[in-house]
Amino acid sequence: MTSGGIKPGSIKRAVAASALFALTMFGGVASANPQPGQLNMTRGASTWSPEAYFLNNVALGVCVVIGILVFGAMFIAMFRFRKSRGAVAEKWSHNTTLEIVWTTIPVIILIVLAYLATGGLRTFADTTGSEMTVKVTGYQWKWRYDYVEYKGKAIDKVGFMSKLDRESDETRQLHSGLDPNAVKVDGYNTYLINVDKPLVVPVGTKIRFVITAGDVIHSWWVPALGWKMDAIPGIVNAAWTNIVEPGVYRGQCAELCGQDHGFMPIVVQALPKAEFDKWLADQQAEANKPQQPAQPAAPAAASTAAAPATAQATDAPASQGHQG
Amino acid sequence: MAHAATHDHHDDHHGAPKNFFVRWCMSTNHKDIGTLYLVFSLLMFFIGGSFAMVIRAELFKPGLQLVQPYFFNEMTTMHALVMIFGAVMPAFVGLGNWMIPLMIGAPDMALPRMNNLSFWILPFAFSLLLSTLFLPGGGPAGGWTMYPPLSLQGDSVAYLVFAVHLMGISSIMGAINIIATILNMRAPGMDLLKMPVFVWSWLITAFLLIAVMPVLAGAVTMLLTDKYFGTSFFNAAGGGDPVLFQHIFWFFGHPEVYIMILPAFGLVSEIIPTFARKPIFGYKAMVFAIASIAFLSFIVWAHHMFAVGLPLGGEIFFMYATMLIAVPTGVKVFNWVSTMWGGSMTFETPMLFAIAFVILFTIGGFSGLMLALAPADFQYHDTYFVVAHFHYVLVTGAIFAIIAGTYYWLPKWTGHMYSETWGKIHFWNSVIWVNVLFFPQHFLGLAGMPRRIPDYNVAFANFNMISSIGGFLFGASQLIFLGVIVHAVWFSKKKAPDRVWEGAKGLEWTLPSPAPYHTFDVPPVIHDDELAHGHVED
Repeated sequence: MTSGGIKPGSIKRAVAASALFALTMFGGVASANPQPGQLNMTRGASTWSPEAYFLNNVALGVCVVIGILVFGAMFIAMFRFRKSRGAVAEKWSHNTTLEIVWTTIPVIILIVLAYLATGGLRTFADTTGSEMTVKVTGYQWKWRYDYVEYKGKAIDKVGFMSKLDRESDETRQLHSGLDPNAVKVDGYNTYLINVDKPLVVPVGTKIRFVITAGDVIHSWWVPALGWKMDAIPGIVNAAWTNIVEPGVYRGQCAELCGQDHGFMPIVVQALPKAEFDKWLADQQAEANKPQQPAQPAAPAAASTAAAPATAQATDAPASQGHQG
Repeated sequence: MAHAATHDHHDDHHGAPKNFFVRWCMSTNHKDIGTLYLVFSLLMFFIGGSFAMVIRAELFKPGLQLVQPYFFNEMTTMHALVMIFGAVMPAFVGLGNWMIPLMIGAPDMALPRMNNLSFWILPFAFSLLLSTLFLPGGGPAGGWTMYPPLSLQGDSVAYLVFAVHLMGISSIMGAINIIATILNMRAPGMDLLKMPVFVWSWLITAFLLIAVMPVLAGAVTMLLTDKYFGTSFFNAAGGGDPVLFQHIFWFFGHPEVYIMILPAFGLVSEIIPTFARKPIFGYKAMVFAIASIAFLSFIVWAHHMFAVGLPLGGEIFFMYATMLIAVPTGVKVFNWVSTMWGGSMTFETPMLFAIAFVILFTIGGFSGLMLALAPADFQYHDTYFVVAHFHYVLVTGAIFAIIAGTYYWLPKWTGHMYSETWGKIHFWNSVIWVNVLFFPQHFLGLAGMPRRIPDYNVAFANFNMISSIGGFLFGASQLIFLGVIVHAVWFSKKKAPDRVWEGAKGLEWTLPSPAPYHTFDVPPVIHDDELAHGHVED
């Protein structure tokens, strides 16, 4: 960093070392849901989420390289300029050239980072052209999802509450005696990140979320989508996603909202378009059915678990086990 | 310290009062009040630390084992309030009280009675705050940021608000005192640009305090009236806006975090030149960098709010402004490294903590830069990545600097050398365990663990257990610190010389150790070569 201390060779070594470090940091984290020992951010599963991931990696890389240079200079100084090795203190206390250099170089690096980040912000802020709208409402301590509009058509009466699944809820009680490790769906541990009824959405569709809250501030966050957005009473925020891969994507409330803040997860189930269309049609049919009778019509179907029944529809078809 | 007066002959006619109550409760002496601040701060450090132990114990493994979630939230809230307002800020005020008059050649602080009042408010403020834990409604559990509407659900709003008011009054009075002292009471010849960097950092910090503590007072007062007097400042149903609180709070809050780090910059800028035996690199640049950081701190507040749904223009402005802070901060780090370069270094305990500060604070700065990038912050925000970030800048930043400053001046305060061996044992334990404690939290945040949750998915189990083990051992290591201090004050036999450290420059080292009860009754004659910055050329 300073006069004469760093030779070209040591810079090369530093860069190689940082590249190796970076590789081990980023390698092997492909899943969209949290994995034991995960070291880096998820790449996510939406068209936008790689923006956050890419920016994270670039910024981390920049920091690691600068860190190696600065800390390297410090350690060289600590070994070379020890009194015990007979070092005699020099008298200089400024160097204008160096000071200009190490003010200018960071500015250039920051401009590059700012350029990259601004691009990501602009695409994120653009919620136009969506084909579907879902209203998300945070409550202490559950989420409500209302399907507002799909492919230009208003949807009526399709909406439900989504709260922590029963198995997690029983396990998480103080002194429950139950083992969090035992809470699994298809071999993947879903303790505290599973719900009774997930938000079902189609893949390959730009979905606009309008997000608000009914009591205190919450924050709707699914890491695989690449963002979180606060759910604030009295304010309607907008955000969007376009999920690429079908799968089940898990997240949690990210804004302290009271005693059960840690126990209001979010599960998004992304279905292929055709499957989603069918699911939505079933939901609509169910919702628009005359309330009271209907019993004779349904019993056969209701007796099988596969029936997409009512709002209690369970953890929808297929892909619960896909972890993205 | 109690024997300070007896060592110095010219002090006989007006030494420390013999009566304990008169000496400590009615003191107008900057040294005694400085000691009170430091002792209070240490007490709060252990109380706040014990809350952290509860948090880390509950997070040791998945599942709730020890406390109910609501109590967990009380712990996170109180841990932050006690550490910020009770430990870090009073520690800096204590160091400033003790050292600023000695460093600028003043006989005392400019407003000694107000000095006494500003300290004695604090025990009442914290009694009020901590008492809520024993009241039926429980303590505040809405986070130290007190975001409404959640914070208004608590039963302890009034206690919290009045405690914050008291802390704010104390801080404002302390800041006024420091500004008045520095601007009016410097010895002739102690020009502003010859002042130690620590004094400069406190002067700038004091202006920050005066600017923002009233803003906090306003914000919490609006909470109070919303809760008890039917106003709707932050109540959407009454035409208010919950986000308004966040803007006001962080307009206070961001300068506040620099209030907790700028004096640390000053401390480290004293210690590194002393043990490198070389003048600080770029004195004027250091002062200017502190001033720039202070200015920028007023225009970056909404980077705490990237996820509240700011308009695009707002996100971009606050992102750019925040990134700018990296430039003066980088200048400071480069200058500390350059101060070491070409020096003749020894590694006594203060220097070890100062070096650890430079490295670990810089790591906190790196994660700060990453957090500044709004699109990435959409992921980082409110996760353990943020928790790791601010603990790197506050624990290995502010608190390491406070510890370094304590070791640096302890011989001057007590007249005895502390145990270097035990100081080093304290250092190595602290620096290892603090990293075991906080480094894995970066991974937890990146993997998706939100902050302020009492329980978590088993995917987060391994790093949480490592972090908790680091936490317990880091906490235990601080008992060594307590032991070293107790030993140095009452039991150490080794007398400290006037100039405790070979390379130390500045007026405080021209005084006897321990510093007499009254110093610089007659302004000292300033010899530029005695000062660290006597010949400022750059």
